Amino acid sequence: MIAAAIIALLITLALTLIRAFLGPNIYDRILAVNSFGTKTVLLIIVAGHALGWFSYVDIALMYALVNFVGTLAVMRFFEQYDPQGEQS
Amino acid sequence: MIENLHLIIDVCLLAFLVLIAFAAIKITNLFVATMLFGIFSFVAALLFLDLDAVDVAFTEAAVGAGFSTVLMLSALRLTGAIENAKHRHSLLGLFIVGLTGAALIYGVTDFPNMGDANAPVQLHLAPEFIALTQEKIDIPNVVTAVLASFRGYDTFGETVVIFSAGVAVLLLLGSGHVEPKREPEQNMVLWIVVKPFIALILIFGLYVQFHGDFGAGGGFQAGVIFASGFILYALVFGEGYARKVVPASILPRFAALGVLIYGVTGLVSLLSNKPFLDYNALSSNPVSGQHMGILLVEAGVGLAVFSTVLLIFYSFSGVNHNE
Amino acid sequence: MIISLLSDICLLLGGIFTLTGAIGLLRLPDFYSRLHGASVTESLAAPLLIVGIMLDTGLTLDSAKLVLIIVIMVVSNPTITHALCRAAAHSGVTPKMETKNTKEKQSQSETEISGKESK
Repeated sequence: MIAAAIIALLITLALTLIRAFLGPNIYDRILAVNSFGTKTVLLIIVAGHALGWFSYVDIALMYALVNFVGTLAVMRFFEQYDPQGEQS
Repeated sequence: MIENLHLIIDVCLLAFLVLIAFAAIKITNLFVATMLFGIFSFVAALLFLDLDAVDVAFTEAAVGAGFSTVLMLSALRLTGAIENAKHRHSLLGLFIVGLTGAALIYGVTDFPNMGDANAPVQLHLAPEFIALTQEKIDIPNVVTAVLASFRGYDTFGETVVIFSAGVAVLLLLGSGHVEPKREPEQNMVLWIVVKPFIALILIFGLYVQFHGDFGAGGGFQAGVIFASGFILYALVFGEGYARKVVPASILPRFAALGVLIYGVTGLVSLLSNKPFLDYNALSSNPVSGQHMGILLVEAGVGLAVFSTVLLIFYSFSGVNHNE
Repeated sequence: MIISLLSDICLLLGGIFTLTGAIGLLRLPDFYSRLHGASVTESLAAPLLIVGIMLDTGLTLDSAKLVLIIVIMVVSNPTITHALCRAAAHSGVTPKMETKNTKEKQSQSETEISGKESK
């Protein structure tokens, strides 16, 4: 069952990546990248437990925090310095 | 089953890397390219985890996906968000790149297979380090033992390199000046949520610093995570207020203090008639001397990295730009 | 025995909801609806998967840290959703109000009204 969850997570990563490439405006892409980060955290937890990675919980914890900071950084810089136009 | 899972995960993640790299090249909006590089770092860190390199994965995620993204975004707002690309195709360039790539791949076939137990790197120093860590230093994390004790001199050099990077950025850009400006009230949700988050990040940074002997972690990762807490504060509440909390003038001194702590630990052993950075001299019992030495040098590294990361962020965000 | 069965169920459900959220992220027509669809993965699938793993590891330090990760995710992802939605609305991304069905119903009701008038 864990293997099924891992494969589902890998497929989800691929689909989220497609949205990141396609998304017509930048907010779609920010959403897709944030979602990719969350799925990476889940993949670390599930695969780390299944495959016996060492100390995977600390890394998952850090990813969750770094994902938050990174997404907030992108949104803040984007809204300050590219408010209209060139939204692609 | 486990073998198949490893293979599936490796193949999928490598395919993601290639796709992300292609997309980052083709998309001309540089904000999007920066974000794609962020998730490139995430996928690379996943691959490192699958190869059992936990500390490397930690550092790759903290630096590549967190700090590097913030830094590139700070640089982007000074230059511009659209790539200035000239679409010119060159057959000669393609030929040269193809030739070099083929030569590299041909050279790689000479290496031993990955994970081969008889490769020189596995036979020469690695078993010795693993055995000596158990016997002389007695901490579970062999990477920290090698980094801080067996190869402590190299790590000292790395810390000085990080310090010089901070100094170079300071010389080029200066730490700038940002007036404290009240953020619009609409961000109230962000303010309330981010405050406990900052506390959590700072505590987690300290945990990673001191837990590096037992699990993944160490000074480098802890410094970056600790600085990320302050960067988060600067992003949400405004850089002006962040500069009041941690003034930019104090950071070069902290960075120098970090390098100094490392150097003085080595000097103490010199003054006790032992080689430089030999931690056995720090205490009557050699093993506890090693523990003390690793604690001190990791603290020095963490302080130096934290100050340099925050200093570079201040320098980039303090450059006067046309609003 | 029961615990491992519960863990399997949680992992299975978590995997299904993750896939659902991702398909929603890909197929829904408009930014706001995609935002809504992606939040399924973060608020429902993530706690389910992590609870499944927690039931498998038992009561250790690791499972306490996993509870912390659940709390972090449940708090941070709606905040990001809120911030994204506000930023997008502020910069003028409009939701897509019409779909094929609403266009058909509009034209149908128009022909009905014009039919009644001509009688």
